[in-house]
Amino acid sequence: MNGRQLITGAQNTWCPGCGNFSIQFALKALLQDLEKRGTSLDDVVLVTGIGCHAKMADYLNINTFYSIHGRVLPVATAIKLANPDLTVIGCAGDGDAYAEGLDHLIFAAKRNVDITLFIHNNRVYGLTTGQYTPTSPLGFKGRSTPAGTLEYPLNPLELMYASGASFVARGYTRNQPLLKKIMADAVRHQGFSFVDILQICATYFDVHDVYDKYVYELKDHDTHDPAKAMKRILEWDYNNPAPIALGTFLEREIPTFDGRFPVQPAVPAERMGKIRTILESYR
Amino acid sequence: MPEYSILIGGKAGEGLNKAGIILARIMNGLGYRVFMYYDYPSLIRGGHNFSIIRAAPRRIYSHRTGVDFLLAMNRETLDLHAHRRSAGTVAIFNSDAVKAEGIGLPLSQIAKEEGAPEIARNTGIIAGFCGASGIPWDVLESTLRKEIPRGLESNLAIARRAFSAVEPVPAARIATLPRTEKILPFLTGNEAAGLGLLAGGLQAYVAYPMTPTSNLLHFLAGVPADLGLTVVHPENEIGVMLMALGFAYAGKKVAVGTSGGGFCLMTEGFSLSGMSEIPVVVMLGQRPGPSTGLPTYSCQTELHFAANAGQGEFVRFIVAPGDLEETYFWASAALSLSWKFQIPSIVLYDKNLAEHGYNFDIDSVPPLPDMPAMAWDRNTPYRRYALTESGVSPLAFPSAKGAVVKVNGYAHDESGITTEEAGMVTRMQEKILRKGEGLAEDLRGMPTVTVSGSKGAGDTLLSWGSTAGVCREVGEALGLRVVQPVVLNPIPAGKVREALEGSRRVVTVEQNATGQLEKLLALHSIRPDGRILKYDGRPFALDELEARVREALA
Repeated sequence: MNGRQLITGAQNTWCPGCGNFSIQFALKALLQDLEKRGTSLDDVVLVTGIGCHAKMADYLNINTFYSIHGRVLPVATAIKLANPDLTVIGCAGDGDAYAEGLDHLIFAAKRNVDITLFIHNNRVYGLTTGQYTPTSPLGFKGRSTPAGTLEYPLNPLELMYASGASFVARGYTRNQPLLKKIMADAVRHQGFSFVDILQICATYFDVHDVYDKYVYELKDHDTHDPAKAMKRILEWDYNNPAPIALGTFLEREIPTFDGRFPVQPAVPAERMGKIRTILESYR
Repeated sequence: MPEYSILIGGKAGEGLNKAGIILARIMNGLGYRVFMYYDYPSLIRGGHNFSIIRAAPRRIYSHRTGVDFLLAMNRETLDLHAHRRSAGTVAIFNSDAVKAEGIGLPLSQIAKEEGAPEIARNTGIIAGFCGASGIPWDVLESTLRKEIPRGLESNLAIARRAFSAVEPVPAARIATLPRTEKILPFLTGNEAAGLGLLAGGLQAYVAYPMTPTSNLLHFLAGVPADLGLTVVHPENEIGVMLMALGFAYAGKKVAVGTSGGGFCLMTEGFSLSGMSEIPVVVMLGQRPGPSTGLPTYSCQTELHFAANAGQGEFVRFIVAPGDLEETYFWASAALSLSWKFQIPSIVLYDKNLAEHGYNFDIDSVPPLPDMPAMAWDRNTPYRRYALTESGVSPLAFPSAKGAVVKVNGYAHDESGITTEEAGMVTRMQEKILRKGEGLAEDLRGMPTVTVSGSKGAGDTLLSWGSTAGVCREVGEALGLRVVQPVVLNPIPAGKVREALEGSRRVVTVEQNATGQLEKLLALHSIRPDGRILKYDGRPFALDELEARVREALA
């Protein structure tokens, strides 16, 4: 299907000013770019979790698996294993990937399965009306923590570095050209590509002025130097005001999980004959 | 009719499961039908392990309390199993570890002199058993050659010394049976389940290790590569179930395996299977709970859990096979039914069936039904959840040209896009439930209820799963009818009623504390007259159930 209409007729229910519009715009550009480079959109699958980000599955006219909270990665991993010719992209929220599905995130990075994960990181639960997430700053006053949270946020880039992700990047919805470039590079990368996308929640956590003040683009950064990558990753701890680097921090060329699986035989063996052979060994 | 029971026991970690399998294969090779009960605690070393191998000239499914041969690797084995001995029981033991009456063999010394590892002492005691029972050397040797891949020569040397050191005990002689019937393969329920899934076209298996289904994972991970099976062991059971749904979405026939605790974690994905109409087969091996319970023992406690797992209302298929032929047939059929109706299936079995050894006769398995999944015609615009009369929508998979395949765990419209509109929500709920009618229709032609024992008898044992096997034997011994519902959801109530017709008294036999089959049948106004329950994790011994049945029917 070439030149397809990329947006479905589903009614869009994101709040005005939501960062998800920018991510949808960038994803659309990414799909058009993929098609231009010869990838059929029939061979692309998007997996989403649950939350505001996940509505992307309804809005984009491509193959989608609208899964459940936290479970984007096991679904995406298996789709890639089942059919390695597919381009598999996951979209997940920060609550989705860093809370409910944290175990899957670490393992996807550890396995280096060749899929791409975009985190819609607005640092708040939007759809459940404003509770803190694992990346909310210390003292965040949400509806479940009216007096402020008592725990520090985690730095997802640091976690992904430690878990073995082979592509670690951060984007920002208000820097569209850079976001598009990062997303394209992430999909092109062979292995587990992780992109934390800072977006604001227009209703519950609008900190665009803070981001606008602190973000800067990584320039002359060697993405193949892990020590330098870590130095940049640690610059901002998702808590205290500090310069926030945008761009690709780390790239590693290592074998992929799906690539290590034995190649499936073109024509599987005649099953009943094989089963009888196995049974003979039990006599 | 000659019948023998052989117990081999010792410390955990000393290869007693393997030793039991070798003994069972020896008896199998002599023309007997065999059953092997394997009892082990949940630890890697220390503790007491034992196997009881029972051999008889007819198909059997259980052990007896008493044994004819007691093979003891340590003192504990003689002490713990003293109640199993009678005047004629022959005790064979490692005289380097035990001082006792009977046949002592200096097994530690022999193993040392032959430069073999300690585990090879098992071979010595097995050879001692063959010597005492008059089993010919060539039968022992050919079994050892097949079963011992490493260190065969030193094992054979030990076996030769132990075999010739023991004088045959005339009263304990085991005869070779005349070859009137073929020698059947001897394997476990996990192995039969794996073969059944493969026969059904399994392309991917996903599991996190958990007794009693870990050995199904091990078996499938080891099958030849040209069967084209992908096996994955992910981070946890939540990941297992979601990975399975990913495989099936991409077009691969998939199964998962676990026990009750792991299935708890799988239930959110199980419900997603129901809503998104993605087929998956769950191999659910029961073990006693609540919680960690008795990890390496057996029970029938998850019938209602399986029937009710997962939020929401959706169709599921549940089958509880009772022997290896049923396990093979239904594992295969579950895969086909799941794909035909795009529903989750549960093959509910237990440690008794999963890990104990039985004979398996593939030629007596009914032909596997041919049930193709409904494929998209590639002409009409594709809608993943197209509303149809049967409730089943045509399947397409990503990369199909011109199809946008959208699956969704939210309430959705025909194209798979989320909707909360009342009319569509109602139609879709009715659609997913309507699939149950076709499922029930297909099952009508299948062996969903079996009747065995003395089929016309007035007194009837009503049982399910692995417990049905020992009931069959009791039924034959005491002249009772045995009725076994094999499919439990949708429960074939009409066929159960038909099978019970003319019964005077009906007694249920279950390995749980609350009578789960009894409760299920009560919903269909089938009410038994008595119940026999056991909930200590151990399978019924044949004599034990016979006594309890006599008591119940007295």
